[in-house]
Amino acid sequence: MGLIARHLEGLGIPTTSLSSAWSITASANPPRAAFVNHPLGHTAGRPDDPDGQRAIVRAALRLLHRATAPGTIDPVEVDWPTPWREKARALSDKRTERFDTPQYQHPADEMAATASRT
Amino acid sequence: MPLEPPAELDVVDYIQQTRDSYAQLGYDAYRWAHEPEPAPFATPAKPLEECRVAMIGSGGVYRVGQVAFHHKDDTSVRAIPVDSPADQLRTSHFAYDMTAARRDPNVVFPLRALRELADAGEIGTLADEAIAFMGGIYSQRRLHEELIPALTAEIERLDPDVVLLVPV
Repeated sequence: MGLIARHLEGLGIPTTSLSSAWSITASANPPRAAFVNHPLGHTAGRPDDPDGQRAIVRAALRLLHRATAPGTIDPVEVDWPTPWREKARALSDKRTERFDTPQYQHPADEMAATASRT
Repeated sequence: MPLEPPAELDVVDYIQQTRDSYAQLGYDAYRWAHEPEPAPFATPAKPLEECRVAMIGSGGVYRVGQVAFHHKDDTSVRAIPVDSPADQLRTSHFAYDMTAARRDPNVVFPLRALRELADAGEIGTLADEAIAFMGGIYSQRRLHEELIPALTAEIERLDPDVVLLVPV
């Protein structure tokens, strides 16, 4: 996402990013990012937590004016209720198989997609 | 040198985790984007309360009625109306745990928060659609020749003042 941020910003469109992966974001070096220290898959907050989600999005948007130089990574104050880092650091390949056909969440979604194309 | 996190933050280094995991499994090292030069820097011309905001999320979100993502360098994009209810949003991705996103898609595609901030007047307006794609494109060539031009075309069509980017 950092490369996309850099590209859009180069076209004159200001961008701000969320991130839960400091090293990946720092390496891609986007103009601005709000760092959310959550396990991956929760960049914009915890499920069913509208107040927390809104605070995170607000922090990212405010960086648009608060950041004064490119490469700003600003931590958002967040708290995760249970230990998670040990599992995240464990050596494993967490990816699933990479199919080359659409992977629907529900079989009914495939029928809906087919119906809307005809 | 990439920016280091503040000492008081306990941060998981996913570049190191991936490097060590792949080495143990005998895979080739993954080449993360590395951009030592400072990024371009554009300053919004208006206060946030007047800005039109667009969002791009890489969590593999699609709306019921759209084709899901496949998992092999899928560089396609989906335009999702910003008033889409959460129960019409789905996720399809090979590289993150989607349990939370499937319960509440706002954790990777925060449309509700954006609508609330617009309703409260903290941001001006929302672009009519938010843009979704599936991250984890391994081909640098296809990233540059397909995905970035497709996202750029969508953003130019939506014509926002600023863009929020939400990786997973």
